[in-house]
Amino acid sequence: MASPPPASTGLPPALSDATRDETSLRRFLHGLPGVDQVGVEQRAAGLATRSIKKAAKLWAIDTAIGMVDLTTLEGADTDGKVRSLCAKARRPDPDRAEVPPVAAVCVYPDMVATAVEALRGTGIGVASVATAFPSGRSSVPVKIADTELAVAAGATEVDMVIDRGAFLSGRYGRVFDEIVTVKHACGDAHLKVILETGELATYDNVRRASWLAMLAGADFIKTSTGKISPAATLPVTHVMLQAVRDWHTATGDRVGVKPAGGIRTTKDAIRYLVAVHEVAGEEWLTPEKFRFGASSLLNDLLMQRRAQLDGHYSGPDYVTVD
Amino acid sequence: MSERLTVAKTYKLYVGGKFPRSESGRSYPVRDAKGGFLANAAQASRKDVREAVVAARKAFGGWSGATAYNRGQVLYRVAELLEGRREQFVAETSAGEGANGKRAQAGVDAAIDRWVWYAGWTDKIATVLGAANPVAGPYFSFSVPEPTGVVGVLAPQASSLLGLVSVLAPAIATGNTVVVVASQDRPLPAITLSEVLATSDVPGGVVNILTGRTAELAPWLASHADVNALDLTGAPESMSAELERSAAGTVKRVLRARPTEPDWTAPPDISRLRAFLETKTVWHPKGT
Repeated sequence: MASPPPASTGLPPALSDATRDETSLRRFLHGLPGVDQVGVEQRAAGLATRSIKKAAKLWAIDTAIGMVDLTTLEGADTDGKVRSLCAKARRPDPDRAEVPPVAAVCVYPDMVATAVEALRGTGIGVASVATAFPSGRSSVPVKIADTELAVAAGATEVDMVIDRGAFLSGRYGRVFDEIVTVKHACGDAHLKVILETGELATYDNVRRASWLAMLAGADFIKTSTGKISPAATLPVTHVMLQAVRDWHTATGDRVGVKPAGGIRTTKDAIRYLVAVHEVAGEEWLTPEKFRFGASSLLNDLLMQRRAQLDGHYSGPDYVTVD
Repeated sequence: MSERLTVAKTYKLYVGGKFPRSESGRSYPVRDAKGGFLANAAQASRKDVREAVVAARKAFGGWSGATAYNRGQVLYRVAELLEGRREQFVAETSAGEGANGKRAQAGVDAAIDRWVWYAGWTDKIATVLGAANPVAGPYFSFSVPEPTGVVGVLAPQASSLLGLVSVLAPAIATGNTVVVVASQDRPLPAITLSEVLATSDVPGGVVNILTGRTAELAPWLASHADVNALDLTGAPESMSAELERSAAGTVKRVLRARPTEPDWTAPPDISRLRAFLETKTVWHPKGT
């Protein structure tokens, strides 16, 4: 590691010590307590059985809508598609003005300008994936250029991917430096660090990657790109929520969490909200600290919302197809 | 040797090609015409209705998109399997409806014949109900019948097999997918039919069969926004008007019930095929 990164300033001595060089970083990350796999899976499954009904369900649905990062990350994206997605982000259910707008729209860097234009004055964020998303297989200058492209176009949030190859082969310093560099390139934009937990193999690795990202200055840690399976799962999100809670205990800062990929139903979303409340705490139940990376989830939330209010089941004919 | 204990069966629902228990965990005893115990049937809840509609919607694209010829072949194959279960159907209908052996046999034969009859209509109905319309201009104008979509069927309460086949077969023959609420007190032939369908070539979700209280399930089916049509044949008479009103809320096509159940043994016509078809008319410029 070349120089002491700016992110580590203001950290408690134990943590700033960890970022001094590659050896101490490894020592710190491998010194983290191991994750009890059976325990975390049982706890996640146990919380998932909570029954949320009626008024509480309605509250949860509205809260979840406000936390959605409405995402389109397809090779076939066009300006028109991004604009229609932005229209949906502003007013998710055209029939009901009281439905809150979503938190942000998430697009590829070249679509940021279109999204910024379409969302001007709404307060809805524009998130852009960057750093050779989704694989992260490119050189650092290219990744920086990718980030700068997004930020220059007006992105308020940047979703970067970590170099999983480097992480898995134990070159933590390289991953750390990359996050610090991208964070620097982000300027004022919030940085979300995608761990791609589906490729990290173990919960211990998820915990290490979470801490590594937070040490390097991440504003958010995000489970996955949504391009590989498994994407977000409840136990993985549990481990990450524990990490941000422990980080808050250690530093006083609150880092956000964003599960992404595979969350398609209201039932799933509510399970995540329960986990957030129980594992991290109530302070995380805001769009500033918790997001859903999703595209089809929003339609299901809207259908469930209508079912709650109308007293009968709604159908996909009554929501926009995106 | 001790006397053998009979195995009391507890049946399940048929949704999306699978046999789930009711989400509610409930079941209810099915009794024969004299009040003796026959079996337990699952008592579906509104959430089972919801799951069944989701399954039917998912299956609609594939089933309605299949060629009419192919649908016919698939339905013929079902008739073959029905034939193989003939004895079981005879036993179940005669126990449930209290019909004697001969009448029960005749009923099952009629049901199988009815199925074959509707299977034959799959690739002919378009020629009967469709048209090449005469127009005064350089255009072709075609009218073609298309399936309505997901159809909620309240199966006849009295005629548990022949009646069921007479309402179910025409709906799926034209390419609709269905959610059937079986006869409340005589559900066993419907359950056996679901076992037949599960082993046939009919894709999962095309037919979904729920057992339970018709009065409990019908309102949810009638108000569900993703159901396109409703067949009220087996609806309790006191509820028909309210169900129709509720169905109007989401502009469903409704097939009204007569006050008394029709005579199912009468020769069928194509009115039930026509009931769940929409006519699409296409104008097409003629080549020069």
